[in-house]
Amino acid sequence: MNDIDRAIINGLQGGFPVCERPYLAAAEKLGLSEEELIERLQCLLDNGTLSRFGPMYHAERLGGALSLVAMEIPAADFDRVAEQVNAFQEVAHNYARDHALNMWFVLATEKPERKDQILAEIERVTGYPAYDMPKLAEYFVGLRLEV
Amino acid sequence: MDQPILLDETDRRIIRATQAGLPVVLRPYHAIAEKLGLTADEVMARIEDLIEFGIIRRIGVVPNHYKLGYTANGMTVWDVPDEQIDELGMQVGALDCVSHCYHRPRHLPQWPYNLFAMVHGRSREEVEAKAKTIAGLLGEHNRANLILYSTRILKKTGLRIGD
Repeated sequence: MNDIDRAIINGLQGGFPVCERPYLAAAEKLGLSEEELIERLQCLLDNGTLSRFGPMYHAERLGGALSLVAMEIPAADFDRVAEQVNAFQEVAHNYARDHALNMWFVLATEKPERKDQILAEIERVTGYPAYDMPKLAEYFVGLRLEV
Repeated sequence: MDQPILLDETDRRIIRATQAGLPVVLRPYHAIAEKLGLTADEVMARIEDLIEFGIIRRIGVVPNHYKLGYTANGMTVWDVPDEQIDELGMQVGALDCVSHCYHRPRHLPQWPYNLFAMVHGRSREEVEAKAKTIAGLLGEHNRANLILYSTRILKKTGLRIGD
């Protein structure tokens, strides 16, 4: 990681401009040239240092539902259930975590009423209860990652 | 808060065209406009409206924590009194080390925790030190807490929305 990469990661976590030549405007702020920014940004995306670049959408304000769901799955069944859960396209991220509730995934549906249907379907297919933990309030969402 | 806003089909086409990312080319909004058969001015005006209404939270990079050495991904969870959670959640969310902070429902008896704060660190020691900071802030309101580490990524795709 060089200084240019660091400047891009630290300086471009938000506020990317909306104008004809936004990379030019953003590059000036970062002390880079437009070509440098475009080239390095593509490189950071290609090598996986950045998982994404673009607008972050607020799912609930688009009219959909978003929730965090936890399940308690015995080790012997874990891979089978992970595969079944991951097969739902509404499951965006799924993490194994070190707790009795050992599977945690984010469920995003376009229509709010679909969420309960999908949860019921997941419980039916896997044979285990799914604990729905939708957010009741949000105190901060962002990223202040410094590299 | 979190009121669905009426989007028309053009908004949804713009959302679909950008949810995987913005083109990394000289004139990215023009590139989107061309793809969708719209004018660049219209695309930019609508994106500005989406930002204004909070449908777009921000436009920028999403770093890959693991690639950057932040391999300890700790979900810290806390059982705090419901009456105080908003006030406490705002304080925890304001800490630099917290990337997401939410109030979520308990599921008794398995799950007594109602305040979730995501903490990223280069090591578990770093995450634990940050959790201590949160504990100090919560003081006597912290009735129980845990740190859940992710041990494996089972799936990671972007949210598919706006379809």
